[in-house]
Amino acid sequence: MTFFTKTLGTVAALALTAGAVLADPALIYDLGGKFDKSFNEAAFNGAERFASETGGTYKDIEIQSEAQREQALRRFAEAGFNPIVTTGFAIANIMGEVAKDYPETKFVNVDGWLPEVPPNVLLINFQEHQGSYLVGMMAAMASKSGTIGFIGGMDIPLIRHFGCGYAQGAKAVNPDVKIIANMTGTTPTAWNDPVKGSELAKSQISQGADVIYAAAGGTGVGVLQTAADENILSIGVDSNQNHLHPGKVLTSMLKRVDVAVFEAMSAGADLETGKFMTLGLAEDGVGYAMDDNNAPLVSEEMKTAVDAARQQIIDGSLNVVSYYENDSCPALQF
Amino acid sequence: MDLDTIIQVLDSTIRLSTPLLLACLAGLFSERAGIFDIGLEGKMLFSAFFSAAIAFTTGSVWLGLLAGMVASIALSAIHGLASITFRGNQLISGVALNFLASGLTVLVAQDWFRQGGRTPTLEGGARFEAITLPFAESLRGVPVLGPIYADLISGHSILVYVAFAMVPLTWWVLFRTRFGLRLRAVGEAPEAVDTAGVSVVGLRFAAVAICGALCGLAGAYLATGLQAGFVKEMTAGRGYIALAALIFAKWRPWYALVACLLFGLLQAIALRYQNIDLGAFVVPVQFMDALPYILTVVILAGFVGKAIPPRAGGEPYVKER
Repeated sequence: MTFFTKTLGTVAALALTAGAVLADPALIYDLGGKFDKSFNEAAFNGAERFASETGGTYKDIEIQSEAQREQALRRFAEAGFNPIVTTGFAIANIMGEVAKDYPETKFVNVDGWLPEVPPNVLLINFQEHQGSYLVGMMAAMASKSGTIGFIGGMDIPLIRHFGCGYAQGAKAVNPDVKIIANMTGTTPTAWNDPVKGSELAKSQISQGADVIYAAAGGTGVGVLQTAADENILSIGVDSNQNHLHPGKVLTSMLKRVDVAVFEAMSAGADLETGKFMTLGLAEDGVGYAMDDNNAPLVSEEMKTAVDAARQQIIDGSLNVVSYYENDSCPALQF
Repeated sequence: MDLDTIIQVLDSTIRLSTPLLLACLAGLFSERAGIFDIGLEGKMLFSAFFSAAIAFTTGSVWLGLLAGMVASIALSAIHGLASITFRGNQLISGVALNFLASGLTVLVAQDWFRQGGRTPTLEGGARFEAITLPFAESLRGVPVLGPIYADLISGHSILVYVAFAMVPLTWWVLFRTRFGLRLRAVGEAPEAVDTAGVSVVGLRFAAVAICGALCGLAGAYLATGLQAGFVKEMTAGRGYIALAALIFAKWRPWYALVACLLFGLLQAIALRYQNIDLGAFVVPVQFMDALPYILTVVILAGFVGKAIPPRAGGEPYVKER
């Protein structure tokens, strides 16, 4: 018995020291949930890649309500996880507050913005408008009717940012293209309402749209489904969604949240913080998805044009206007 | 606005109204019998998941529908047990069931399908297909009435027609049958029903079971009719809008139809036109989304007639000793 207690004690002590020396990273998903086939799932994939490539472990949590954000952050920080990676803009504010109480812990957020970045916080942003510009070009080239659609999730500047780049890309190919833009709603349920997504897609189809870009989390599942049912093309977002309806999804606007999460977790405690990090086309942070499922849909001409535009954006000769610059879009009215 | 646009908006109205209507009639049966039911949302969600899950595993949408209805009735039975047999608070029981459904569906879905709380995409016979009514194509050429028949009335899934048929059926059951009379009486004066020698508990359980069955239809329509599978929280507050519609309809079947069509129309318009420009000012889409709730508050405040709920509603019946 004494031996048993002693062993137990040693094991516990070992576990504690191991925790202190080699801290595991933690990951907090946004309200859309771990398996949204999109943004949060990309974060999960990045974490899984970290686990399989480095042999490390990580802890993750799906929060269910706004109030749990702070709770989860503090729990992970108290437990000694480092770095703590969070997804979604909504957690950034509270994360900035919590970070001040745990100066030894590094915090990372994808998509967020803070007026002042605390020294132990890293904010990762993506140039979504650049990626959206490329898929916008493809949409306009693939469209036969000259009308394309955009369906956003919750009406927030970030989603308008997506729509704005998309519209600019489409207008660059065909200045006369008609773009129908809709937002699903103004509350977080807008990320998880596939029925409304379907209705919006049907409404846009009846107005002539034959390519629809969905930047709407779980709502996008309904958009892609309806587009496939009605035999038109759709464009997925964040993760590669081409496989959801093979031959019906033109492409997906990739936002490499997985790469960002992987890099942050791999850097561990040595992560450089206290700044913004922006990932665009040049860093391969955004892009468009090509695989067997959509290969027949994308013509050589399309690929050449898009790749040329990609190069121009990277070397700076082509400027895609960001919605954030003055909270308006030159190519699209919301 | 041309005829085509009007028909498209109305077509969308019908699709959006159907789940509301089924849930609203479900609530009508339950509340007319004196059992308030906040849990419409949870039952729809439960049914949406089980109908999609069983439809996927068996490949038959009818088995899915059956499973959805059974699942929804099971939740109703728990609600009945808590609020009729054990005389618990009906609102608390309903809220608890909503939480239960919201968590359990995702948990079971993750365990069964490993797709992160959703079911795989349904295909072929696992979905309700749109029905083309007879002569729809040949009558399309007729001006005005042709497109209305071919595009608006024809081309929905069977559950839509069932939902609309439920309105006169509900009216007939409630107001023209002995069962309906007793059911209404049990919501107004259960002691009188008890004195007449009719079981209050039995009637209330029957009402709650009908409520479950109708919620089951609503949930199955969402997951296997409108969509091709279950996504977490896919009811997105429709159960609550149905409750608002029920109050708006003053607990009457035909009014319920009007209320649900109105709320559906508001949604359809909001989806079609993001911001409505009326020349002098612009109606923002947020206002359209909030309008069902605003209208319900107006009704409750007594501006448009009075909405009087069944007198014994919310009260567990205690037999005098």
